[in-house]
Amino acid sequence: MIAVFLTRAARHRALLAALFLLVLPFLLPFRATAVNVLIDGLFAVGFNLVYGYVGLLSFGHAALFGGGAYATGLALLRLGLPWYGALALGLVAGAGIAGVIGLLATRTRGIYFAMVTLALAECVYYLAYQASGVTGGENGLRGIVLTKIDLFGLDLDFVDPLTRYFVIATIVALALAALSRILASPFGAVMEMVRENEARARASGVDVRAVRVLAFVLSGAFSGLAGGLQALHLAIVPIETLDYGNSGMVVMMCLLGGAGTFFGPFIGALVFLLLQNLVALVSSHWQLPVGVVFMACVLFLPRGIWGQLARWRPA
Amino acid sequence: MAPGVNEDPAILRTEAVSKSFGRFKALAGISCEFHRGRLTAIIGPNGAGKSTYFNLLSGALAPSGGRILFEGRDITGLAQARFAALGIAKSFQITSIFPELTVHENVRAVLQAREIRLNFWRSRNAYPQFVAAAAALLERVGLGGRARVIAGRLAHGEQRALEIAMALASRPRLLLLDEPTAGMSPEETQAMMILIAGLVPAHTVILVEHKMKLVMGIAERVLVLHHGEVLAIGTPDEIRANDEVRRVYLGQREH
Ligand SMILES: Nc1ncnc2c1ncn2[C@@H]1O[C@H](COP(=O)(O)OP(=O)(O)OP(=O)(O)O)[C@@H](O)[C@H]1O
Ligand SMILES: [Mg+2]
Repeated sequence: MIAVFLTRAARHRALLAALFLLVLPFLLPFRATAVNVLIDGLFAVGFNLVYGYVGLLSFGHAALFGGGAYATGLALLRLGLPWYGALALGLVAGAGIAGVIGLLATRTRGIYFAMVTLALAECVYYLAYQASGVTGGENGLRGIVLTKIDLFGLDLDFVDPLTRYFVIATIVALALAALSRILASPFGAVMEMVRENEARARASGVDVRAVRVLAFVLSGAFSGLAGGLQALHLAIVPIETLDYGNSGMVVMMCLLGGAGTFFGPFIGALVFLLLQNLVALVSSHWQLPVGVVFMACVLFLPRGIWGQLARWRPA
Repeated sequence: MAPGVNEDPAILRTEAVSKSFGRFKALAGISCEFHRGRLTAIIGPNGAGKSTYFNLLSGALAPSGGRILFEGRDITGLAQARFAALGIAKSFQITSIFPELTVHENVRAVLQAREIRLNFWRSRNAYPQFVAAAAALLERVGLGGRARVIAGRLAHGEQRALEIAMALASRPRLLLLDEPTAGMSPEETQAMMILIAGLVPAHTVILVEHKMKLVMGIAERVLVLHHGEVLAIGTPDEIRANDEVRRVYLGQREH
């Protein structure tokens, strides 16, 4: 039953995602969390593109997210670009950094791939740390002011939390719709071939490494866009955005929700942030309980929360 | 290509190819030609060198001596990927499909990946030619009614049939099959043999099989290997009448 329903739902997944985003802020106990769910959800969805769809475990996604955040922040602050131009630059920066990291890291496999991405992301961190004249160094990028944004002639108050939520939600929904199309495209089919059976894909004439690099670049575009949205939202870009902890977080969110599924990473981000907020009410050590839930999930729901649900069939 | 090359009935020929593993000579100078649009069977008792020969033909192993000519071209020692690029397809020893995709999607993906890879925006189903071609290939291998099933849930015999459809989807000029009926039930084996017989003359097929009876009804030419040497070569009738072949196969476990 559930599986049948979910299969039908998959056909309209972008629409469903949009509906979900519409009601999300009214469902959450903490409204401020809703925007974070959007941003981290998009980040996790971008990460899933490489981990869930072409089987590459990246530990360097903070560089893509952070790169996007810095690019957007710098575009607003130093280049004086309009907000949408700044966001576009964030997306391009994420894709560009992903292109460089992807080209270098896809020469290796497995744990070596994870290590190379981690090392390269750390390089990006130190670059931002050292270039304090441009990036603000350890203080992060400060002083971004964005109170009003114009949307097709509409002057929207970006300070109002709900307006801000819906502006960001619209962009995230558009990004999810684009992702849905990419997954359904011929390139999406080729990514599936690589994930399902690399040897057979190769025997069918698919250049597996090129597919992986391209998937990494796409992943970087989504991650960079998420980073750019965070820069708009927070009006600062903390150096921690580039920290490897951020890379680890997105891995956890993706696994928690279900790698290789469309909605999984988003659900993972939602559950992760909710837990974090709930635990923070009673204790400042949120890492421990969240870690326990994560481990339980990996052990008992190896396909993740959404992944397990989507596969569930009555006996 | 020089004129007249196309008239050569042999798509593939080996000239005195041999293969040694260390000091052990697994194959000693095999010369044979394989004709276009024909089904040639390679048979022989266990350890005769059939798989070794097969691996030389598919490029998985390089010969220790001799030459391999494909469509008149010397391809001895080329990498396996080059063999594949030239159109020499082989069935995988272990079943190799996309288990989570549907049967139809397995074939359609292979067909489409040959031509359209870098489109990120159109629907993958917007190319009716591949959908139709995949359906036709499935019909051909007898899986027409199973198109919507998840490939991983097929029976073993059906998965092997799907593999043949996938090999055909890459439009090979030569199809190599090593014991495609291994591990199959008698009914599945029968169905597979009918399927393979139906591939010619549209395709050129080389089939390795150690059960002699299976191939006698469908092969046009039979190559019998024994102890790494050619014991006999000819039509099934000639092979059946060959005393040496009878002696080698006598007392063998025959199915
Ligand atoms: N990689 C190898 N190293 C050493 N010896 C090998 C190797 N591969 C095959 N042989 C030997 O070469 C001989 C021929 O082996 P091959 O696998 O070609 O036989 P076959 O005719 O396919 O037999 P079967 O019917 O059992 O599949 C055997 O004696 C085998 O032990
Ligand atoms: Mg063998």
